[in-house]
Amino acid sequence: MKIHEYQAKELFAKFGVATQQGYVATTKEQAKEYAAKLSSSMYVVKAQAHCGGRGKAGGVKLARTLDEVEAAASKILGMRIVNKQTGAEGKLVRKVLVTDAVNIKKEFYLSLAVDNENASVVIIASGAGGTEIEEIAASQPELIVKQLVSTTMGLRDYEARYVADKIGIRKENVKEFILMLKNMYRLFVEKDCSLVEINPLVETEEGKLIAIDGKVNFDDNALFRHPDILELRDVDEENPKEYEAAKHDLNYVSLDGSIGCMVNGAGLAMATMDIIHAFGGEPANFLDVGGTATTERVTAAFKLLSDASVRAILVNIFGGIVKCDVIAEGIVIAAKEVGLNVPLIVRLDGTNVEKGKQILKDSGLKIYAEGDLRSAARKAVEMAK
Amino acid sequence: MSILINKDTKLIVQGITGGQGQFHTSQMIEYGTKVVGGVTPGKGGMEILGVPVFDTVKEAKEKTGANTSVIYVPAAFAADGIIEAIDAELDLVVCITEGIPVLDMMRVKNYLVGKKTRLIGPNCPGLISPGECKVGILPARIHQKGHIGVISRSGTLTYEAVDQLTKSGLGQSTAVGIGGDPIKGTGFIDVLKMFKDDPETYAVVMIGEIGGSGEEDAAEWIRDNMKDKPVAAFISGRTAPAGKRMGHAGAIISGGKGTAAGKVAMLESCGVKVAPTPDRIGETLIEAIKEAGIYEKCLNK
Repeated sequence: MKIHEYQAKELFAKFGVATQQGYVATTKEQAKEYAAKLSSSMYVVKAQAHCGGRGKAGGVKLARTLDEVEAAASKILGMRIVNKQTGAEGKLVRKVLVTDAVNIKKEFYLSLAVDNENASVVIIASGAGGTEIEEIAASQPELIVKQLVSTTMGLRDYEARYVADKIGIRKENVKEFILMLKNMYRLFVEKDCSLVEINPLVETEEGKLIAIDGKVNFDDNALFRHPDILELRDVDEENPKEYEAAKHDLNYVSLDGSIGCMVNGAGLAMATMDIIHAFGGEPANFLDVGGTATTERVTAAFKLLSDASVRAILVNIFGGIVKCDVIAEGIVIAAKEVGLNVPLIVRLDGTNVEKGKQILKDSGLKIYAEGDLRSAARKAVEMAK
Repeated sequence: MSILINKDTKLIVQGITGGQGQFHTSQMIEYGTKVVGGVTPGKGGMEILGVPVFDTVKEAKEKTGANTSVIYVPAAFAADGIIEAIDAELDLVVCITEGIPVLDMMRVKNYLVGKKTRLIGPNCPGLISPGECKVGILPARIHQKGHIGVISRSGTLTYEAVDQLTKSGLGQSTAVGIGGDPIKGTGFIDVLKMFKDDPETYAVVMIGEIGGSGEEDAAEWIRDNMKDKPVAAFISGRTAPAGKRMGHAGAIISGGKGTAAGKVAMLESCGVKVAPTPDRIGETLIEAIKEAGIYEKCLNK
């Protein structure tokens, strides 16, 4: 799960990671009013949306006066950020963050992430922070410092000191840096984060270390034990279909094609997309109904597939933990509820397959029942043409 | 012969009183797996499906002589269940549960170091040595005893592959689902090593997917170590968009790494035949064993 920069900074403040004072506003009047509360003579107005590249898109503006804050907010609110990360439709900006401007002397990159290969948390840091960090990581990997942290031992002072030394933190700031990194680590572990990132971490002209941008992502699988974090979810930022799917514990990803797919298991779901492509079709989505499909969830899944762009639906189930009769019941209920107006191709195999096939047969629905993956995929591509 | 489990495996089921636990316990018993006990904290003393239930894994092991456990407990408690099984010094623990928090799995993975227990999974379908023993949720009907080893990151794609093999007259020695999570107990190479050492396994089907570098590492290992046993592979996610997580926590292409194209190229350069589409996994293995001159030997009589 992702959250906004202003929410990440609120968490930073709570965990003792230094950041600027700031307020989030949804109107230009509010932005001006909040700026007046800041003690600064220079302000930054920043678009709040779940995507990177906000600065390049014109979503971050410097303002010298309260009127300039209002003007900047007016330009940013309602803009659409379109870049590689957002896809063609882009991200609508609904909120802005108003903060003090900071006198920047030097920019660093500092983050904590998961290192799967080593089953550890990894500190990634660089003395070359800022918006070009990804390019730098690709072209000058020697400027990126990595330090593994064992979750059994926790982050040790020496590990933080090692990172400070490698990225060129001034001697005077090392203690401050160690504390900041340890507090980031505490946030990471206590809240089950998958990423805690500060870019840039700034050394100010006054000699302080401050996080002037922040990004925090969370492990979806751990949200059950963090009701406070779940409250930070901004539904407006999510794909409505993917959000609806998540509510029913379905793994769903929207794609651009015309064949709706419902499959059990992520690997088989991807393979189903692959074979549709190979036969000249385009999948409309990735949908894994998961291991514990109930009739309700299958019904919800089926509804997700009923979309104007979908010209055929392919159900591919090889039941292990999923029982074919449960899937069949869900299909029948949903097809009757939603009204099936495109060809439905079903391939069922595995646990309780005979029962499942019987339910489909008895339903009276027009269903193309196929015996194997190849013929089912071929039929779906043909029917979607 | 087979790897990891066989007719002598004595299994306990953690989470035996839950819906999934009960259903799959009955299926495993029906298949002939020796289920000697179950564990559900607080329900010790009862009996379910003719199997005694214990409060702890330790007690279950002491009273039944079990050497293997399978875990069906919910994600929130699964890491604890695995650690309990490690502390009880079982030989093999198979965790079916999906959706375990990453930080929990980090701790489990580190805890496993130096312990005698091998963990398969989590988020996996389990494993089966056809005709002898099934541990997990794989549909038994599609399997047949034979000489092909199967190893896979994906549950249902394992069934797809096995089904194609069986329909082609090619039985399996053991089929192992290692699971779709990025942090897991057992990887491709661990299982490949066992297949290499198993005299009854003549060839191997390996099923991977986008994300991580397990397939690339396995490809190099195969090139250096599996000269006498042909390996055929399939990689799912050739058409998956970058940056989108495809269900499995591990299945994501990020920073240009972990693409299907990269994995396929690496496998092919290491002498592994790769099926172009999922319906041709069986055919690809047949090509590989024909080239190696062992097709007849692999066929079920």
